[in-house]
Amino acid sequence: MGCGMGKSELQLKKCDRVSISVPAATAIRAALLIQRWYRQYVARLEMRRRCTWNIFQSIEYAGEQDQIKLYNFFGFLMDHFTPASSERNLISHIFRENEICRDTDWERYFCYKSIEVPESYTGPHLTFPMTFCGVSKLVEAFKHKQQLHARYVLQILGETWRLLRILPNINYVSICHNQEITICGDLHGQFEDLLLIFYKNGLPSSEKPYVFNGDFVDRGKNSLEILLILFGFLLVYPNDVHLNRGNHEDHIVNLRYGFTKEILGKYRVHGKKILKLLQKIFSWLPLATVIDNKVLIVHGGISDMTDLNVIARVDRHKYVSALRPTKISHQAINGSKTQTMNRKNGEAGGPAEGRRRVYSLTHHSPVPAQRHHPPRRSLHNLPISNQLSWSLEDELKRRRRLAGFDQSYGEMNKSDSDSDSEPEGKETDEREWKQIVDLLWSDPMPQNGCIPNEVRGGGCYFGPDVTEEVLERHNLQLLIRSHECKQDGYEFCHNRKVLTIFSASNYYEVGSNRGAYIRMGCDLVPHFIQYQASRTCRELTLRQSIGWTERSALRALRETLFVHKSDLISAFKEFDPNNTGMISLRHWASATENILNLGLPWRVLRSQLVNSTKYGMVDYQQWIRELSITEPKLEISDASILDTMYKNHSNLETIFRIIDTDHSGSISFEEFRQTWKLLSSHLKTEISDEAIADLAQSIDFNKDGSIDINEFMEAFRLVDLSAHT
Amino acid sequence: MVESNNQSAENTMSEVHKRIKAAFERFKLSPNTVDVREIGTIMYSLGCFPSQADLHDFIAEVEEDHSGFIHLDRFLPAMTKVLLEHKFPPIPKEHLFQAFEVLDKDSKGYLEPEELTKYMTQEGEPFSQEEMDEMLTAFSDQETNVIYYKDIVSQLTIDPGN
Repeated sequence: MGCGMGKSELQLKKCDRVSISVPAATAIRAALLIQRWYRQYVARLEMRRRCTWNIFQSIEYAGEQDQIKLYNFFGFLMDHFTPASSERNLISHIFRENEICRDTDWERYFCYKSIEVPESYTGPHLTFPMTFCGVSKLVEAFKHKQQLHARYVLQILGETWRLLRILPNINYVSICHNQEITICGDLHGQFEDLLLIFYKNGLPSSEKPYVFNGDFVDRGKNSLEILLILFGFLLVYPNDVHLNRGNHEDHIVNLRYGFTKEILGKYRVHGKKILKLLQKIFSWLPLATVIDNKVLIVHGGISDMTDLNVIARVDRHKYVSALRPTKISHQAINGSKTQTMNRKNGEAGGPAEGRRRVYSLTHHSPVPAQRHHPPRRSLHNLPISNQLSWSLEDELKRRRRLAGFDQSYGEMNKSDSDSDSEPEGKETDEREWKQIVDLLWSDPMPQNGCIPNEVRGGGCYFGPDVTEEVLERHNLQLLIRSHECKQDGYEFCHNRKVLTIFSASNYYEVGSNRGAYIRMGCDLVPHFIQYQASRTCRELTLRQSIGWTERSALRALRETLFVHKSDLISAFKEFDPNNTGMISLRHWASATENILNLGLPWRVLRSQLVNSTKYGMVDYQQWIRELSITEPKLEISDASILDTMYKNHSNLETIFRIIDTDHSGSISFEEFRQTWKLLSSHLKTEISDEAIADLAQSIDFNKDGSIDINEFMEAFRLVDLSAHT
Repeated sequence: MVESNNQSAENTMSEVHKRIKAAFERFKLSPNTVDVREIGTIMYSLGCFPSQADLHDFIAEVEEDHSGFIHLDRFLPAMTKVLLEHKFPPIPKEHLFQAFEVLDKDSKGYLEPEELTKYMTQEGEPFSQEEMDEMLTAFSDQETNVIYYKDIVSQLTIDPGN
């Protein structure tokens, strides 16, 4: 940034003299000068803060996209392979949530009665039905890091499941005179934040109603504790505590973002049962809350198709994962999605234009129009293994052309391996599914229109006109939603018709953002209470906290750069035909963006990422070394498999957890091999059996022929050396 | 930034455009607009030192019908002109030190928070309460609570990008 010391008229000539009393005019000039420098300084800090925020957000959303693409890939395998094929068998269970569908079977399945609480147990004991005292005791116990016995966990969950089933899809709530309702956004397993809210605002009760707007779990360490507390209060005050489903209340999402791991770590014996039951509970969570018929509260947002009357009638529990419609072939989704997109983008200049806008909006990318969009950024480009299915891909293309809402059912049916559902039901199912996915995954955007949310990979972006229309159609005045981290914990947009509330403070890093909750009386005017859970950051000045978050953002970015090092080097080499080992900064920036596709302002970031340049040139091999990320020391002959490993760390962990059907935390060699085969077909790369065997040999920690997933993932964790400097 | 002297005027121009666009990008709401309240931050971050009056004049020049939004099409040429003509040149950092010395009438080497607050909120282009609080939190000595301005000068003037 250029704030060099240029020539300037010397405004303060007189100041050299030390004066006993400050003449007014001189004092004013001096004050002005300090003020201007100070504002300049604050502006530069704000620039840095924005940049940091972009880094975190880009990396976060790229992860969500990866997850959805992986899931779509499994959906594709499910839909296009014979029931007997091995790939299909490996993953089929993730789509078969309803195996045990009769409630009586379920009752038996999660029966807690056979589980004894041993005498040695020192944690809290619960009695049912739950009381206010009982839940308060539980809060205290969790505050002191105690763990609740699996028997009680299952008992609370069982009770919750029974209660949720009689709740409607949309909670209608009214605020009495002299009463206020409290609305909280994403908590993401950050128990400290929930405690802080309770401390400042009081525990839920009939005098103190609460709405919790989804994303209770994942990312933080105490997702289960949060759920148990919220469910506890729900059981005691079913009319005063309202829970909306978020996009993370989804067992498929939990595989990647830590909740599955948390449960299995805390409950080695009964974790599997708890997970199964939670899967069921999540599908029964209500989808929306409406206050006094005027304020709509949903986790993500709306789309131009949102219709509360349709949502009110949906069988919500059918959508065990909101990522996929129930029992529909993938062509159908793609076909209609493409259609919808084309139709909606009529005035926005087609889908390409729409996508460009979306990108520039979220990523503030410098030249969005010129950016490449390789397949990995697009949801609509299904990652399909060419070795498995090139002919299917052709078939798919042909069908997409034919497809649309009027797609012939016969044809759809033929390709649909789960063809046990009624064809007529499919279209309704899909429409219903879209209604739900839009509520859970969408984000508002500043410009008019409604376009697919390609940055996240699910839901849509809705403009102020959509807000206006949907609110008016339902005679509502305000939409409250969560789903996006905001620096102040809340933010208005769409002419104050849309309010985002986010309750997980320090979400990206200590000091990155405040959390907030809303209090609203019968006048329906929202009041905000902001907080920050960590004690350390309160003393940090603006500059220090920006410095702190910035370092951690850069760390995350360096890791991302590091895992792509081989791709980066080959991209750099293209700009270096003579093999000098040097490329210009401009080429460095464009090659980096081409590979990472994070839409970041590399030009601005280069001063923080590139330590040394010679005449404006970067020594790129040296630069990669200087990222100072160390790999674990493993003796693996095939370097390319390590590369794939780092790049697809989260994808691989997700596949492991899917394949580990019995949630034992370990998988056999054969399953390990299958995981890699799945990954390689997802990535369309070839990974040899020898390489896999070699890898398996080197990390078989317990030498019994099975592999512990946690240990395996841990062995491949990158370490940033600069973190401690 | 490495800039050789033999660069053509055209090159400088495109360099300036790039810098402006990069700063603008960071604050934009939709493809090519930013909130009018961000203009000051953008100008400052580009190394300009406009007064509040300068800022208002500049905004009046680029804002469309008091919409509250500034479009890149109008911002870019106006800002380019500002940068190329050095309209609001940086104030040398020596002057910043001198300014503090002026306010430190007893030459103590530091300012009491009350002193600084008085000058910053009552003179010149007064700080808001929020700005003042933030400045004091950031710059007062943790033990003595006074402001050793010598240290501040280096903090205020260091380019955080490097």
